[in-house]
Amino acid sequence: MSWEVSRGRILFSTLIALVLTVLPLPELADLIRPSFLVLTVLYWSVAAPRAAGVGLGWFAGLLLDVFQGPVLGQHALVLSLVSLITALEHQRIRSKPLFQQSLIVLVVLAFYQGVVLAIDGWTGHPLPSPLQWIQCGTGALIWAPAATLLAQGRRA
Amino acid sequence: MAAFGTGGIRSQGRGPSLGFRFTLYAILSIVVMFLDQRHGWLEQARFVLQAAAYPIQLAVNSPSAAWNWLSESFRTRESLEAENARLRKQQHELELRTMRYDALARENGELRGLRDALPSVADRWLAAEIVTDSHRQRIVINRGSTNGVFKAQAVLDDKGVIGQTTHVGPWSAEVILITNPEHAIPVTIERTGLRTIAVGAGDEDSASLALPYLPGNADVKPGDQLVTSGLGGVFPAGYPVGRVSEVHRDAVQPLAQVRATPYGNVDSDRDVMLVWFREGHPAAPVAATTGDLQVGNKTLQPQPAPPPHPKATPPATQPETSNTTPPANNPTAPHTANSSGGARKPASPSGTVNPSPAPSSNGGTAPAPASAEAAPATKEPAPVEAPKNPTSEQSANPPPKDP
Repeated sequence: MSWEVSRGRILFSTLIALVLTVLPLPELADLIRPSFLVLTVLYWSVAAPRAAGVGLGWFAGLLLDVFQGPVLGQHALVLSLVSLITALEHQRIRSKPLFQQSLIVLVVLAFYQGVVLAIDGWTGHPLPSPLQWIQCGTGALIWAPAATLLAQGRRA
Repeated sequence: MAAFGTGGIRSQGRGPSLGFRFTLYAILSIVVMFLDQRHGWLEQARFVLQAAAYPIQLAVNSPSAAWNWLSESFRTRESLEAENARLRKQQHELELRTMRYDALARENGELRGLRDALPSVADRWLAAEIVTDSHRQRIVINRGSTNGVFKAQAVLDDKGVIGQTTHVGPWSAEVILITNPEHAIPVTIERTGLRTIAVGAGDEDSASLALPYLPGNADVKPGDQLVTSGLGGVFPAGYPVGRVSEVHRDAVQPLAQVRATPYGNVDSDRDVMLVWFREGHPAAPVAATTGDLQVGNKTLQPQPAPPPHPKATPPATQPETSNTTPPANNPTAPHTANSSGGARKPASPSGTVNPSPAPSSNGGTAPAPASAEAAPATKEPAPVEAPKNPTSEQSANPPPKDP
């Protein structure tokens, strides 16, 4: 049984996640929508830290910047930082059950959000609504199904 | 059940370490951020990325586009007839108004001693559709540099000013809305001719403008209409921007807290207009990169300029930028403010825009005599749209609003 992860699968799932992340939604749905892109990058940097890892995080972040960021490189920096942390700790995270993984994801997403906000502040851009922190919670909630789905896709 | 395999582990030890790669990427991102933020040197990269992102933007927008198309195709005959009747009525009204406008423009030209009435300031229009919903008060439209769209181009809809383009890709362009807190637009209060700056004060769910540089005794009241003043190099003079919605005068604050509601609304309408302006027209926006304030054709200037008062000129950081800075002594501006709006009142009889607020209308706190001079002084951040360096990149991203 081969566990080798194809790069095509990684790129494809990242692209789908990007589309889900920037898809226009009604206001309430938009508020609680987690960043699927960040979740996917997290998954792949835990599941395939060498094949995906920091590079995937950087390019995914750059794409996010083009769509949403006021300044190019902001999400790229933070997403590559987050994927570095998870890739370094991938063995510890993998060994945990999904529930504990969700808690870790909650912390990581909050860290991500915090650094993005900090860069917004440093570069003098207006801060988004504080309700955005809800997305960390929904992201953690959706981690278990998302990870299962991505793993299923890989086994097939 | 473990959601993870062991994929990737076996390749551990190949290539540079994760930390090293991260350091490289981090340095790269910081350099990119710096270049993008400070110098706008990444226009080429932005151009390519915008082109790459456009198919995805179209794809994510396709559900709502399909819904619009469906609801459009399944409309009843009655509703179409009703709309047809409404549009015909509207067209008659507009025709009548245009006739009156032509007469007024001719009369205005005669009064100013001009031989011919001026042509309209707008040279060319291009309709564009909004591709993505506003995210952080920015939208993407489906026209780009292949259609001749350029950076810092004015974007309007049928009711008023929407915003200006910030990044232009080959087939798409990003537009920053005037309600974005990073955006500032020089405006004139139509009733009084008082010039000030309207700064975006919108957030995710509301669109509004703030007028933070008006003194407490400024003559402004709810219902006043704001039009563009023509300064700043992006928007021409005389286009409607919004209506003052609330005015708070606080006894302990030197400045009034004024809010305005913009006319243009990207939520209700998917169509916007890109405008090209006749260069040299008195109402055209002052080009940010030219070296002096003489706008356009001298023969179009009706009368000798009143002597400028030197005191109102803020110290220019660079000599080239002084063109867009003086808010109060620009001889062309009162003229431009009048020349495009057909039925508008003159700004003020003296030819300058220094308002003389009625003492009765002040909040009762600030001394009235000082107010006439206080108004231009607080308007000193007028060149918010003026570039810090004379490149056009900066003018598209108006710098932060603090003076």
